[in-house]
This record gives sequence, C-alpha cells and structure tokens, in this order.
Amino acid sequence: MPATAKTVAVAMSGGVDSAAAAALLVERGEFEVVGVSMHLPSPAGQADRSSTPCCSPTTIGDARRVADLLGIRFYALDQREAFRRAVIADFVESYAGGRTPNPCARCNERVKFGTLLHRVRTFGADMIATGHYVRKARGERGGWTLRTAPSDDDQSYFLYGLSQEQLAAALFPVGGMEKSKVRAVARRHDLPVHDKPGSQDLCFLGETPYTELLREQHPDMLRPGPIVHVTGAVLGEHSGLPAYTVGQRRGLGIAHPEPLYVVEVRPEDNTVVVGERRHLRRETITVGKLNWIMPDGPPSAPLRASVKIRYNHPGAPAAILPDGNGGGRVVFDEAQEAPCPGQSAVFYDDGVVLGGGTIEEEQSRP
Amino acid sequence: MRTVYMDHSATTPVRPEVVEAMLPYFTEQFGNASSVHHLGQRARAAVDEARDIVAAHLNARPEEIVFTSGGTESDNHAIRGVAAAGRGRHVITSAVEHHAVLNTCKALEKEGFEVTVLPVDENGLVDPQELRGALRPGTVLVSIMMANNEVGTIQPIRELAEVTAESGAVFHTDAVQAAGKMPVDVEELGVDLLSLSAHKFYGPKGVGVLYIRAGTRIRPMQVGGHHEHGRRAGTENVPGIVGMARALELACAEMDEEAQRLKRLREHLQKGLTGRLEDVQLNGHPEQRLPHLLNLTFAYVEGESMLLSLDAVGVCVSTGSACTSGTLEPSHVLTAMGVRPELAHGSLRFSLGRMNTEDDVEYVLEKFPPIVRRLREMSPTTREASA
Repeated sequence: MPATAKTVAVAMSGGVDSAAAAALLVERGEFEVVGVSMHLPSPAGQADRSSTPCCSPTTIGDARRVADLLGIRFYALDQREAFRRAVIADFVESYAGGRTPNPCARCNERVKFGTLLHRVRTFGADMIATGHYVRKARGERGGWTLRTAPSDDDQSYFLYGLSQEQLAAALFPVGGMEKSKVRAVARRHDLPVHDKPGSQDLCFLGETPYTELLREQHPDMLRPGPIVHVTGAVLGEHSGLPAYTVGQRRGLGIAHPEPLYVVEVRPEDNTVVVGERRHLRRETITVGKLNWIMPDGPPSAPLRASVKIRYNHPGAPAAILPDGNGGGRVVFDEAQEAPCPGQSAVFYDDGVVLGGGTIEEEQSRP
Repeated sequence: MRTVYMDHSATTPVRPEVVEAMLPYFTEQFGNASSVHHLGQRARAAVDEARDIVAAHLNARPEEIVFTSGGTESDNHAIRGVAAAGRGRHVITSAVEHHAVLNTCKALEKEGFEVTVLPVDENGLVDPQELRGALRPGTVLVSIMMANNEVGTIQPIRELAEVTAESGAVFHTDAVQAAGKMPVDVEELGVDLLSLSAHKFYGPKGVGVLYIRAGTRIRPMQVGGHHEHGRRAGTENVPGIVGMARALELACAEMDEEAQRLKRLREHLQKGLTGRLEDVQLNGHPEQRLPHLLNLTFAYVEGESMLLSLDAVGVCVSTGSACTSGTLEPSHVLTAMGVRPELAHGSLRFSLGRMNTEDDVEYVLEKFPPIVRRLREMSPTTREASA
C-alpha cells in the first residue's frame, strides 16, 4: 500500500454486500480501509438501545466480526439523532401528508453520504464505500456519472439524490457484480455473512409494522375515515390513511363488481379515493425537489429520458420539462399506472442516472 | 503500527506475575473450594489466603471481604442489599457516580424509594455540608465514589462518611478507580461498604470485592449455596480471586513510586498539550485527583473525532467512561460539573499506566496537536467563534 494511500470508510450494515465491498477494497490494497456501522434508532416499540450502548444490535455485531476477520479497524458511530431528523421525521411527515416516502433515498443523501461522510472525514477518511449495486464512472465532460448496475439488483433508484461532491467521495465496489459473485467474495474470505438472506425490511423498523411507528410518533394520523369512489359514492371506511398507497388493490374490504384500486390518499378530508384500474393511469406527473447528477448541472431545456416511478418499475420513455425552479413535469409517451406521491421519479439515459425528484400531489384531477 | 495505550481507567492488562499466580488454578488445582477432598481444600486455602491479602491491604478483617464478579456487582449488592435490609426508604448518591451506582439508584426509585442526587461543584466535589442537609431519619444509605472515573476528582470520603455515621445511615463508596492508585484504608475512611474491581489494577476481568464492615445491615443479593459466609452464593472464581489478590499486593507495593512517576508523565502531557494548543481546559480538580488521569476539553472539536483520529495513529484513549462511549450524549459527569454541552462533547480522557513512558507522551505530543488543528479547521463552531 502506498504511504499516501487514501483512507476509505466502508459503511457496513452487517449484510453480505457491504461485507464483500470491504473485502474487495482490502484485496485491492490501494487504500487504508476502515469499517464503520451506523448506530441507528431502535425499531419502534422495541427496547431502546440508547440506554445500553454496550450491547450493540446484532447487525453491528456482524459487521464488527467481518471487520475483525478482514483485519481492518471498525467503529460503530452514533447516527441516531441525524437519522431521526433526516429520515424518520420525513417518513412520518410524508405519511401525514398522504404520501408514500422513499426513506432509503433520503438516508443515502442525508445520512450515509451526509452526516456519516462528514464524521468519517473528521478522522481522516477521504471516501465512503457502500455495498450498493450501482456504478460510478468518469463523466465525458468531467465530473462523475452514476450508472445502473448490470444486475437485477440495481439500486440507483435510491441514490439519484447524490450531488457531484457526494458522488466524488463514493465508492461502490460490488456495483458491477452479480449477487452470486458477491456472495462468492464473502465465502472466499470466510465471512460469516456469506449466506445471510437479504433484508426486505426498513432498517429502522425491523419486523415492526410501519403503522406502529406512525402511531407512536403521530397518534392522530391513524383515524378511520371514508373510502369514496371517484364518482363520489361512499363505499366504506378505512382504518387510517397510512395503511393505503396509490395503486394498492388488496385490503380495501369492499365488494365491488370490478377490482378497485386506491387512486388517491387525501389528508385534507381524511379520505381514501378508489377507482377502477383505468383511473390509475397518468400521462403527466409533477415532480419537486429535483436533483441533477449530470456534471454540467441542471438542464435548461426539456430533455428525454427513461423515467422510473417506483423501485420495481421498468422505466418509461418521457419528456422532462424543468420549471427552472427546482421542480418540473414529466410527460410520458404512454400513460403510466399509479405514480404515487412521495415516491421518487428517477431519470435515466441509457443506464446513466441523470437525476430525479419526488412525485408530487396532482394539481388537477382527471 | 505503534500502540500507545492511555486508557487504563477503562481496563488494564493482566500483569505477567498475576497470570503466573492464576495459572495453576485453571488446571492442576482446579478444585471447587466447597469440596471436601484434597483438591477442594487446596482451592479453599488459596481463596482464604487471597482473602487475607485483600483484607490486609484494605485494613479490613478477612471475614469482611466478599468476592464478587466485579465493580458493578459490588455496587449493586451494596445499594440493593442495604435498601432491602434498611428501615427507611431514602437513598443519597451524587451526580457524578458511575452508572453502576446511578442506575441502581434509579431502579430503586422505580420500586418506591426516594433518591437524592447531590450536586457537585465545578471541580466535581461533593460538599459534606450538602450531604448533611440531605440526610434525614429515613435515609438508609449514602453512596459516593472515592475517585471519579472520568475526571479523577477525589472525594472527601472521610468527612462524608463521618457526616453519614452521625445519622446512622450506611456509607458505601465505589473505590474502583482509586484502588492501586492511592491508599484505600477502610478504617481511615470510615466507610461501611466499599467496591473494588480487579481489572483496573492489572488483575483479571470478572472479579471484584465488596468490603462489608462487620455489623452492617445488608441482605445477600445472589442466593444459593453457603459461599462467602452466605453473603454471595456461587462457586468461587478461584483463579480470578487469586489473581486479584496478587495484583492488589503488587499495586500497593509499588504505589508510592508509581503514582509519582505517573503524575510526572501526566504533568508532562498536560503541559505539552496546553502549551501547543489554544482553548484547552482541564476538567476535574486541579490537585485533588488521581495521579494517572487527565481529562481535557478541546474547544470546537468532537471528542469522538479526536478519539478515532488518535486510534488511526495507534493511540488509545476515551471520551468518557468505556460504558458510555459510542454515544453522542454529553458526559453526565461533565454536565454535573457545569461544563457546557458543546464543550463536554470536546473532552478526552487520557489515563496513564504502568507501560507508559516519557517516549509515549512525546509520541502523543507529536501526533495529537496536528489532529486538533485539522479538526478545528473543519469545525463549523470554529468558524462561528472566529467570525
């Protein structure tokens, strides 16, 4: 390792991807590698770990074991306050506003590549590596570009919010690999997490239903109210708005000749609006809080892109019309089903992430 | 990479002489001290001898020594044991205690006891007059530590114990940080209960002492067999107990000389850092403090950032006590001493020990000031302060 080697802090979650990322960096030998884990708030309704900081959650324990096996320094850093402020508050506020949040994107831009990056810089780390499935490449006209992963596990949907500066400090060692290869890396190093199943849960919830967290933070959010058909007919009662997401079909508890879907969640009058599948289709969406990753900054003219409106959406061709004010409209070539306020709209050009924003409530209804 | 360990208040390495004394009791002399046969008798003899040694060094009687699993158990036993046996429902402690004491008192509070937490002055001292004012007929116990684990301030235990004795309440002191660094004489101090932990004085982890003055009203907390004269059930940790006695013996024999040496090293470190850096403040009593401990606040920087930067060059220190490190909450000790939270965040504890040399201090003086300067350049509070 060169004496002037850069120091890279690997954000280790205790899972296989970040463990393999750390192992790959150690193998490369170009960097001084340090492992870090974020000490996050305990899931709602579970004993608060803050009173017993000596007993780390098992995921931090797994990360520490991996770091030990790889022979790198390891620190668990308290990010509870930052996470509460940046992610959980936004999560709760989104549901209170009838939106469905994208907390992972928020965590990446505000916490992992925000407060955590700042913290590791204070002890001499230059960059943060994560186990995300995305790639980073030099831009043709300087700067950096964020590219999708070649595998099905692509996570660019959660990283579109990074700035050029954040991207410059990011490393994604497993980003170009298949998951099976990543597991093989972990196995090669005898890391105990090589066969750990991937987690589908939000890290701050664990197995606690998110409605529990909302009940705790904002009890009056879970009031029952009417379920109304787009035609205005009252069809039933809902159990509280946060349990409903635009596009949802199951769990409505209403007998109807045609399948019904949630079309709108309306906090103003605590109402869930339902309709038939055709009512979900939108040609145009408005987006706010736009972030542009392109090195040459926000575009001044409309541009064409493939737009993903949820994590498992394949992307659809559209024109993006920035309003010059941090927001804009996305006009799809063909109407898309169930764009959901609060979720992200992420713009791609041939595998390059141009940027994205948050889908907003519609101004006018069909 | 060179390792410079300056975190002896968190724990110490076991001395080779201590390891040697312990080893036979893991293997050939593995007997249970309660067994009747010859192996049991040998183990019993070893435990008895250790008890005599510990008692002699505390100026106590052997039957007043109860072996425990360490400082936390001793503190719990002292506080809960007296509370369970006492005739009142009021307990007094101080705001700068170790969590083993503070949280045990908090637990009692939930069970219906009243707890008075005495304040400390800016040097971390408890005022005996303040204690006098807090004592009342229902007070069963006063628990005040001998020397503070974060800042090193030494309490006027003798006076505090005297004031307590007048009221008839039981006096406990957590002497975990003091033992081996300064004389601990239970007669001189006039205490009824006193906690020790072996791993703070180069003994093994997982073993400690609760001194119980003969005649003290206290209930056993761990019930089972008739071990430790029925005061603490459980098979004796024979190697641990033997190691602790040997470690205490060695620490006491070398104490005067070693305390002087550590004090010189500490003064060198303190002068070196305050001379090289601006806005450095000493926390704790300027004189009445443990010889090996130095707690400094470096304004405008986070303790954690300094700690991790020092770790990168092989220097091990801590931001407070080992049990609260890893959180960003400011130290309750510094807060109780009136240190502002933003300054409390920038504090660092250096605790020196046997292995440290002048050379180690020089190494820290070479490596550490540039770290603080770099962090201050990065710190938003520096910019605000100079703006």
